[in-house]
Amino acid sequence: MTTDQVSLRRRVKRSLRIQKLRAFLLVAPLLLFVLLSFVGPIIDMLFRSVENQLVGDTLPRTVAILRAEEIDDNWQPGDRLFAALYIDLSIAADVKNHTRVASRLNYEKAGIASLFRSTGRKIRNIGSKEYEKLFVDLDKSWSTLDYWEDLVADLERQAALPVTTTAFRQWQQDHIGRGNDVSKLDPNNAFHVILLAELLASPADVIAGLAPLHRENLSAIMAIRDQFPPIEYRESFLEFSNKWADRDVWTTIKRYSPRLTEGYFLNAVDLKKGNDGVEARPEQERLYIKIFLRTFAMSIIITLTCFILGYPVAYFLAGLPTRYANLFLILVLLPFWTSLLVRTAAWKVLLQEQGVINDTLVFIGLIDHANRLAMINNQTGTIIAMTHILLPFMILPLFSVMKTIPPSFVRAARSLGATPLTAFLRIYFPQSLPGMGAGMVLVFILAIGYYITPELVGGNNGTFISNRIAYHISSSLNWGLGAALATILLAVVVILYWTYDRMVGIDNVKLG
Amino acid sequence: MKGFPAYASTWDKTWHYLFRIICCVVFIFLMFPILVIIPLSFNAGNLFTFTPEMLSLDPEGYSLRHYRNLFESPDWQVAMYNSFRIAPVATLVSVSLGTLAAIGLSQGHMPFKHPIMAILISPMIVPLIISAAGMFFFYSRIGLQGTYFGVVLAHAVLGVPFVIITVTATLSGFDKSLTRASASLGAGPVRTFFKVQMPLILPGVISGALFAFITSFDEVVIVLFVGSAKLKTLPWEMFSGLREQLSPTILAVATVLVSLSVILLTLVELLRRRSQRLRGLSS
Repeated sequence: MTTDQVSLRRRVKRSLRIQKLRAFLLVAPLLLFVLLSFVGPIIDMLFRSVENQLVGDTLPRTVAILRAEEIDDNWQPGDRLFAALYIDLSIAADVKNHTRVASRLNYEKAGIASLFRSTGRKIRNIGSKEYEKLFVDLDKSWSTLDYWEDLVADLERQAALPVTTTAFRQWQQDHIGRGNDVSKLDPNNAFHVILLAELLASPADVIAGLAPLHRENLSAIMAIRDQFPPIEYRESFLEFSNKWADRDVWTTIKRYSPRLTEGYFLNAVDLKKGNDGVEARPEQERLYIKIFLRTFAMSIIITLTCFILGYPVAYFLAGLPTRYANLFLILVLLPFWTSLLVRTAAWKVLLQEQGVINDTLVFIGLIDHANRLAMINNQTGTIIAMTHILLPFMILPLFSVMKTIPPSFVRAARSLGATPLTAFLRIYFPQSLPGMGAGMVLVFILAIGYYITPELVGGNNGTFISNRIAYHISSSLNWGLGAALATILLAVVVILYWTYDRMVGIDNVKLG
Repeated sequence: MKGFPAYASTWDKTWHYLFRIICCVVFIFLMFPILVIIPLSFNAGNLFTFTPEMLSLDPEGYSLRHYRNLFESPDWQVAMYNSFRIAPVATLVSVSLGTLAAIGLSQGHMPFKHPIMAILISPMIVPLIISAAGMFFFYSRIGLQGTYFGVVLAHAVLGVPFVIITVTATLSGFDKSLTRASASLGAGPVRTFFKVQMPLILPGVISGALFAFITSFDEVVIVLFVGSAKLKTLPWEMFSGLREQLSPTILAVATVLVSLSVILLTLVELLRRRSQRLRGLSS
C-alpha cells in the first residue's frame, strides 16, 4: 500500500467519525432530556418495590437482637429485647416516625398499627418523669440540649457509653431527616433512663476519662443511683398491650427488617411470607390476581371488538379512490383528535340511566321505563367507551397495510374460479395480517395501561390494574405495593412493545 | 355509483349493501358520541338528554347558559389559563429538541439508532399512570413537584414521540442531493438547513407540534400527580367534574374542545397535503 492510500483511508475514516459524532450530537440533548426526566424517574420508582429501609432504620436495636434470635414455638420476648424496643420506640415516637413503621408493618399484619400508635403515646410513662426529676434536681443543665450535646461529644471522643451516644445521635439525625430544627428541641426524657441503665451496666471506671464537668455530673448521678426506681421493661410493655407477648408481632418485625424485600411483589400476586416460606393470602385478602386477570380479559375483549369493528371499515376505506378515502378517513381521525375526556364524558352522558340511549330505547318501546339498562359504571361501560377511544388505533394501521394490497390479486383468484369467500380468506386476509397484528398489539398495549376511562366509567368491577396503582400511590400511600404492581404492568408492556417492534418496527409507526 | 355487473348474484348484491351498512354503523358509532354532545350543550335545562322542547325545535329549549357558566366561573377560567400556559411551552420544548434529534436519527451514520429510537418513542407506550408515578416521586425529591416548570417538563417528554415520528416520516422522503446541491453552490451547513431543509420538513414539524400540543392540552394523569391545585388544567377540571358530579357545563367545555380538534385536524390534513406536494408525491 502506498502512503497515499493509507492517508486516504485514514481521511475517509476520520470524516465518517465526524459524521457519526455530528449525528449523535444532534440526538444527544433530547436523549439526555428523556433519560433524565422520564426513564430515570421510572427506574427510580421501580426500586421502591423492593426497598424496605424503614423498619431497619427506625428500630435498629430491636432488629439487631431479633436477627440473632431463633423464634420458635417456645420463644418468649425477653427483657433485653423490650429494653431495645424502649430506646427505638422512644426516639421514633419523639420524631413521629413510629406511625410510618406502624403503617408499613400493618400491610403485613393487621393490628400492628394500633399497637405501635398506642404504645408510642404511652411510652413516656416508663420511668422518664421520675428519672428526669432526679437528674434535674442534681443539676439544672440536665434539662438543656446544649449540655447533652456537649456530653455526647465527649462520650463519643472517649468511646464511652456507646448506647447513649448512638441513641442521641439517631434522635438528632431522625429529627433532621423530618426537617425539624434540632436546636429548638428539648432533650427526650428517655435519655435519662438510657444513660443511667448504661452507667449501671458499665465498669466503674468508664467515666474516668471524661472532661471534669461531665465526670463530676455522672459521678453525682451514680451516687444517688439507689433512689431511681428500677424499670421493668417487659412488664410495662405488656401492661400497655398484651399483644406485645404475641410471637407473630415479633416475627413480622423480624421478617420485614431486611433492607430489601420481596414482600411487595408477593403481595402484588396475593402471596405473603409465612412461617414456612411463601404462602397464599387468605381468601378475603386476595385481590390483585383477580384484577390483573380482569385487566387482561377486558383488554382482549376491547382489542377483539376494535378488530371486528375496524376491519370492515379499513377494508372499505382501502377500496375507495384516494379522494373519497381521505374524506371518510376524517370520520376516523376526528375522534382520534378529540380529547379523551370529551369522549369519556360523551359516553357517560349517553349511557346513563337517564341518558340519551336509554331514553330512546324506552321511547321506541324496546325496554320499559322501570328496566332501564345499566350501561355505565360497570364493565360494559368501560368496554364500550374504550373500544370507541381505541378504534382509530386499529383502523389506521389496518388501512395503511390494506392500501398496499393490489386488488388484482383477488380478481385473479376469482377469475380462476374461487368463490368470493375463498378469495378473501386465502388471498386478501393473509396479506392484511401485518396490519392486523400491528393494530391489535397497539390497541392491546394502550388498553392494559388505561387509567382515565376505567376510573370514570368503570364503577367497582370495571376498573383496571392502573386504578389500583393510582390508589396505592395517592390514597393508601402504600408506595411499595404500588411500585410492585407498576413493575409487573411495565414488564408486560415492555414485552408487548418489543413484540410490536419486531412485527412493525417502531420507525414505521404512523400517525394519521 | 356504478351498476352491478351482469353476472352478480343476489347474494353478491345483498352483501354489497350489507357491507356498506355495517361500515355505516361503525362510522355512526365513531361520530355519534362526539356529535351528540354539541346540541346537548345548548340544553336550557340541567338534563343530559334531549328534552321534549329541544326535540320540537322550540327555541325555549335551547340556551347558552352553560357557556355563560363556563366563561364566568373562576374555576374554569383558571383552568383555561393554565392549559394555555402549559401546552405551548411544553410543545416548544419537545419540538425544538425533537426536530434536532429527528434530523440526527435520519442520518445514515447514526450509531445505536434503533435502541435510541425505542427510548424516544417509549413515553407514548408506557402506561401514563407509571410515568406519572415515577415523575411524582422523582420530581418531589428534586423539588419540581407541584411547580409549573415540572408539569411543562413532564408534558414535553410526552410530546417527544409524536414530534420524532412525524419529523422522521417527512425526512424519510427528503432528497439528500438537495443539501449537496446547496453545499456545492457555496452555502454553509447552517444556511443549507434554514434555506433548504427546514422549509421542506416544516409541514412535518408543524404537524408534530400540533400532536405535541394536543397531547399536553388533553393530558390529565400527569397533571394530577405532578401538578398542584394551583395548576389545575382544563382536563383536570373535567376529570374532577366527571368523577364527582356531572354538571352540564362540561358539555359546553367538551363542545369547545371538539371545535378545537376540528381546527387542529384541518391544519394537520392541509399540512400533510402540502408536504406531499412539496415532495412531489402529489395527491
